Amino acid sequence: MPVTIKKTPTGIDGLDEVLLGGVPAGRITLVCGSAGCGKSLMALQFLSHGALHCQEPGVLVSFEESAPACIANGASIGIHLQELLDQQLLVIDQVEPAAGAEFIGEYDLEGLFVRLDHAISKVHARRVVLDTPEALVGARWEPALVRSEFHRLFSALRQRGVTALVTGEQGIRALTRFGLEEYIADCVISLRQEVNLGSMSRLLQIVKYRGSSHGTNVYPFLIGDEGFSVSPITSLNLDYPAPSERISSGVEDLDDLFGASPAERGIFRGSTVLISGSVGSGKSSLAAAWTEALANAGKRVLYMSFEESPAQIIRNMRSINIQLAPLVERRLLEIRSLRPSALGLEAHLSAMKAECVALEPDLVVVDPLTAFQEFGPQLQARSLLARYFDFLKLRSITGIFLALLDPEEGNHSAVSSLIDTWIHLAFHAAHGERNRLLTVLKSRGTPCSNQQREFELSSQGIRLLPTYRGADGLVTGTARAVQEHRDREEAMRLRDAVSAQQGRLARQRALMEAQLEVTRATLQDGVDDLVAELRRTESTLASFGSGQTVAAQHRSMGSRVEVVAPSPPLPTEPTS
Amino acid sequence: MTDSILLPLPAAVAVHLRLYVTSGSARSQVAESNLRRLPGADSPEWRLEVIDLRLHPELAAQDQIIAIPTLVRALPKPTLRIVGDLSDSRRVLRCLGLVASAVPVTPGA
Repeated sequence: MPVTIKKTPTGIDGLDEVLLGGVPAGRITLVCGSAGCGKSLMALQFLSHGALHCQEPGVLVSFEESAPACIANGASIGIHLQELLDQQLLVIDQVEPAAGAEFIGEYDLEGLFVRLDHAISKVHARRVVLDTPEALVGARWEPALVRSEFHRLFSALRQRGVTALVTGEQGIRALTRFGLEEYIADCVISLRQEVNLGSMSRLLQIVKYRGSSHGTNVYPFLIGDEGFSVSPITSLNLDYPAPSERISSGVEDLDDLFGASPAERGIFRGSTVLISGSVGSGKSSLAAAWTEALANAGKRVLYMSFEESPAQIIRNMRSINIQLAPLVERRLLEIRSLRPSALGLEAHLSAMKAECVALEPDLVVVDPLTAFQEFGPQLQARSLLARYFDFLKLRSITGIFLALLDPEEGNHSAVSSLIDTWIHLAFHAAHGERNRLLTVLKSRGTPCSNQQREFELSSQGIRLLPTYRGADGLVTGTARAVQEHRDREEAMRLRDAVSAQQGRLARQRALMEAQLEVTRATLQDGVDDLVAELRRTESTLASFGSGQTVAAQHRSMGSRVEVVAPSPPLPTEPTS
Repeated sequence: MTDSILLPLPAAVAVHLRLYVTSGSARSQVAESNLRRLPGADSPEWRLEVIDLRLHPELAAQDQIIAIPTLVRALPKPTLRIVGDLSDSRRVLRCLGLVASAVPVTPGA
């Protein structure tokens, strides 16, 4: 039966999820990595979280940095160690390993033990950080002795039941320079940095966790002004609000694509929209139209461009009758332009978050999202995006992200799973022209149209036209105009034909009815003649003085003939 | 063992040595006896203090003590440290800048 070990939360965003609860309680965790990879900051956050949120005061034994330097480092990620010191929740003891000593005869590191013990007792510490004890080995201490003393030190820490984090410098062939991992077998976390195309990204991996399972991936992490955070992409907190309010895209016909009834028009507030398309397909223009519509409705928009300067965006959009300058003046629109390579991944994320916090926008446009690929490998870029999307969602800020990509090429499930609405702008090339087509590839929670629309940019603005299907398939642009003209002529010809046929039909009907009238009249005349002749014959017969009965029979026969002969084709009335 | 560490030093003291030990440690006892056996250790110009960190743990951090035993030369300046049980008295004197004649090396001597 698996034994579940007690865990101590580190309080580091994402790391506790990867560790399935935290580091082993009452044991020692080794955090190793090269210089500057964030070991110390991670340790500071571990201490700060314990002191502030877990009633677990801490001791920081710093072998490399002075207490003021540690306090300054903490402040850079929003950890206020001075407050913890003032509240007796923390002790910082700086150990200076190279204090100009001579070595004569035998010694041990009992002094260090005394200091640690004293510090732990002083604040009743439950958490201890040793940052980076290997510095002792680097000084002129006897390496074999230091090793055996480390062993003793770690045993002592375990015996005291404190949860300890020990940092270690990356070794060449081992996790740490002096093989600390041989002594600290409970949990080993490895941090590293990767520089990819000049951009640095940070990665974390749980190398070992005795007695517990753990996330096994390499996780990107960020160190921002709000601390250390790890991105386990698969377990982002999916607990953001879902507003049902819709917002208009500013392009009348586009709104209709998301739903037919007036209440269903547009996209949901707080949703994440991806506008993809090839070069020059009108992504920025569509986003600008959206921007203009929202700002004109009194919403605040933050437009982050990684390609153009604010002035250039304003000028270019004016050419399609999108007037952004007045919106900037009214402070409804903020345009921020920056080079993607100017900052690292985490700096970008912090910058974007800071802008959002400062401006409190209703809409954020990122033009283009693909610039993020310059930040580093896909994994990191994606993690950055996921975090940013989450950040926006939690605040119900609508996000429009532009991307230079083709949904038909490559696997975009990574991006697709993060976004709510995907609008693709494509070119349809035929008859020597390239015309723009707009398709809503998906839009979560809306009965979005499956129709493609022709997307037209002109000095009048943006217009969506219904798709036009001719005999040769989809037609756009001039071909569409030609086809429309051709079709108009054909329609006119048909209309003429119809009216001609209707005329002929009317004339034919009149003629036939006239003929019918003549026939009827002729018939009546014939009948009248026959009846008259019959009367004459009857009266002649009566004058011969025949029987009454015979005369009566003849009369009734005559009256029957009279009734039948002139009957017009009237609808028969129901009998009885 | 002495608690005199807080007392002001007489002006005549030319050599002031502090030995940090932990009570109950054999190595500490060896160091203390090695220190006391140094030539000149009983001179009135010398002041020897033996500090037990078990009794004064706060001094360990204050005086940057990592190893036990550690000898600190507080006077003459600058401050020097010798880590170890002081088993080689010749080296100890040399490190302390005190010649084997047990007379402090001072410009006037």
